[in-house]
Amino acid sequence: MDLIADIIIVLLVVVGIIFTIVTVIGILRLPDAYTRAHAASKSATLGVMSLLLGVFFHFWWNEGHFSIQLLLGIAFLFITSPIGGHLMSRAAYVAGVKPTELTVADDLQEVIEQKRTTAKRNTQED
Amino acid sequence: MAFQILLNFFIAVVWMFMTSSLTPSTFIVGYIIGLLLIIMTRRFFKGHLYVWRLWAAIKLTVIFLKELVLSNISVLMLVIKPKLSIQPMIFALPTELEQDWEITLLSSLITLTPGTIVIYVSDDQRTLYIHAIDVNDVDEAIDSIKNTFEKAIMEVSRG
Repeated sequence: MDLIADIIIVLLVVVGIIFTIVTVIGILRLPDAYTRAHAASKSATLGVMSLLLGVFFHFWWNEGHFSIQLLLGIAFLFITSPIGGHLMSRAAYVAGVKPTELTVADDLQEVIEQKRTTAKRNTQED
Repeated sequence: MAFQILLNFFIAVVWMFMTSSLTPSTFIVGYIIGLLLIIMTRRFFKGHLYVWRLWAAIKLTVIFLKELVLSNISVLMLVIKPKLSIQPMIFALPTELEQDWEITLLSSLITLTPGTIVIYVSDDQRTLYIHAIDVNDVDEAIDSIKNTFEKAIMEVSRG
């Protein structure tokens, strides 16, 4: 029983570390802000979540301490990390950061251009 | 839905008072009895039974965890591949969801699924602009995922 618990804990921690490393490699290798946001918002979530889960199981099974804070941390991470990825890529797009060799990027470009022109017209009228 | 849950709690508390033993196990017995009573009197409630929506929420959580793991494996494959052969694109996706929390939930789910990130939500909240990391394999898969997610969220919110 102890052996199985240890195997699960070590597996969770190793998976967490692997995905954290993948996040770093992705941020270094991918070409532009949006593709980097893919690597950062997904792999980091699962990586840190898996690490926290491993720590939680370690303290629960080996030390006999049921830590609710760790579970809360996992839940908060779940809620906040996709929103963070979304907000950063949205801010980058609205600020005018150009994507790389995109094939079809026109869907959003029109909307943003339209908003820019209306905003400009409004400020000129004022 | 909230009313049914509240009623069920109330019946459980009344059961605790009737048996005059204030323990968690009595509460659970009272809750099950209350659930049976609510199921028997279901035609007096306006909405569906809250049990179905609870079940739909559990299903949504399972789908979500599955997609999270799949998306991470796909990002892993993409990053490790020696030659970077990605074709990103930004496309518009019309959505039928109306309430704010549904759209927030859908965009969070999309952000954590393989190869897609929500970049922009249009002002009338009818369209989501999504950045996909690779056109070839994602484009068709996304639509099916979107159908399952949207349908699952609708099941939760409308029962």
